[in-house]
Amino acid sequence: MTVADPLSGKGFDGSGAGLPYAFLAAGNGSFSAFLASLDPSLLTTAVGAGTHAIDAPHGTTIVSSVFPGGVVMAGDRRATMGNLIASREIEKVFQADEYSCVGIAGTAGLAIELVRLFQVELEHYEKIEGVTLSMEGKANRLSSMLRGNLAMAMQGLAVVPLFAGYDQDQSRGRIFSYDVTGGRDEEHDFHSVGSGSLFARGSLKKLYRSDLDATGAVRVCIEALYDAADDDSATGGPDLARGILPVVTVVDAQGYRRIPEPELDTLVRAVVAARQQRPDGPYAPSGQEAQA
Amino acid sequence: MSTPFYVSPEQVIKDKADYARKGIARGRSVVVLEYAEGICMVAENPSRALHKISEIYDRIAFAAVGKYNEFENLRVAGVRLADLRGYSYARRDVTARGLANAYAQTLGSIFTETNKPYEVEIVVAEIGDDPSGDSLYRLRFDGSVADEQGYVAMGGSAEAVSAALQSRWQPGLALAEAVSLAVSVLAKEGAPDGIPEDRVLEVTQLEVAILERGRPRRTFRRIEGEALRVMLPTAAASDPAVPEAPDSDADSAPATEPDASV
Repeated sequence: MTVADPLSGKGFDGSGAGLPYAFLAAGNGSFSAFLASLDPSLLTTAVGAGTHAIDAPHGTTIVSSVFPGGVVMAGDRRATMGNLIASREIEKVFQADEYSCVGIAGTAGLAIELVRLFQVELEHYEKIEGVTLSMEGKANRLSSMLRGNLAMAMQGLAVVPLFAGYDQDQSRGRIFSYDVTGGRDEEHDFHSVGSGSLFARGSLKKLYRSDLDATGAVRVCIEALYDAADDDSATGGPDLARGILPVVTVVDAQGYRRIPEPELDTLVRAVVAARQQRPDGPYAPSGQEAQA
Repeated sequence: MSTPFYVSPEQVIKDKADYARKGIARGRSVVVLEYAEGICMVAENPSRALHKISEIYDRIAFAAVGKYNEFENLRVAGVRLADLRGYSYARRDVTARGLANAYAQTLGSIFTETNKPYEVEIVVAEIGDDPSGDSLYRLRFDGSVADEQGYVAMGGSAEAVSAALQSRWQPGLALAEAVSLAVSVLAKEGAPDGIPEDRVLEVTQLEVAILERGRPRRTFRRIEGEALRVMLPTAAASDPAVPEAPDSDADSAPATEPDASV
């Protein structure tokens, strides 16, 4: 079947006017599968593979941490292109649906497009089927969508997402990490992806506690981003002069919410102020404190 | 014993239209009406899973009567078209008008080109930034479209229900008033065998959903359970021990408007 212009709504049964057959055909609730059946060129993965890697903006560090009853995800605001800063206010953490969020590292243009498609995918399924996907179902969908980007990843245009959300069946926050081939792992407690992730993860490892509340988990994530920015040139720290703060989101039983600027500003300033006292972050307890 | 070799086009169209009308008339009606803060859709539908009213996009909803598998097919096509447009262009570029046109063309070709027309009637509703931007498109089985104002009734006794709405609907109703009005006119709907009856519709027999102007992005919301019960016309009279609504929306406060049980 050929569809000259899939958006014109012409060509029911290829003869008269009306919606093309693909719209009325029975299918599953997947938007990307529908898109592929209608016109594969609408999917970014269908872009022809060249032979040279190109230089495109890269997003850097995303951190995430669970707390009892939810999960926090935060991302810095820098995108780099080689040794240059391509953007100092890019946003890399997005709401995926009512109960989940996704952060992206890697080639920014492709990654943001992937997120856009993922958002539509979840909403589309929900509208078609009348129920939301399970947390695992969402994680698996992202996995297969990522696998579609493998050819691009092999040319250096890799996308590495981090997916987190509140699992309504299990009443807890969960984090899923991915590799460029679409391999999926559930992470416990905390995780980080992107160029600064090694430093961020080291920081999370020391600061994370299983009894943190939402605000505590947000604080830990901001500290981890600060540490990543401290040692990784591609990760941006809080830019108080310009008022550019990391994007910090919380997903819990009440759903997704992004920490609003005034509240975040207070938390970020507290971290920055503490670092002015001790630039390397919270210290280990001294001998007496450790014994107490 | 002669087999008619020729049937006039008029006769073919008339037969198809009669067939479709009969199919549609078998089901209970659906009412779609504008209220101050959005558009409210009410259907008599005992099923929890097979919906007559659904979300299409951020500001667009779909209501249908007739054969379930046929309007479900159209609903899914509408969601696909809306999501495709929103993904290809921007969320703001998805409009009820575009959707109504696609439905009209599709229903029109099905009606003329196939032997069996769809036995459906649908409404595509969209809320604007203010009540003057609201739109209601009513589509019939043959693809004809009407741009309705204020309220629409579809189904077996659409004319009687429309007549009842005409005398009682007015612009600027509160949500509870709109739901109560819709439920009371549906309760007076004639039975399929033509005998008018006055029934009491319970929460479990109703499907109610709204497009709510004040909500960001996805404005479609179903009203169920206790939140719906307090809006029903007989809620106050039949059960004096109605507890407070758990829903704290101002609109869903207990509805005891004076003309509810008229």
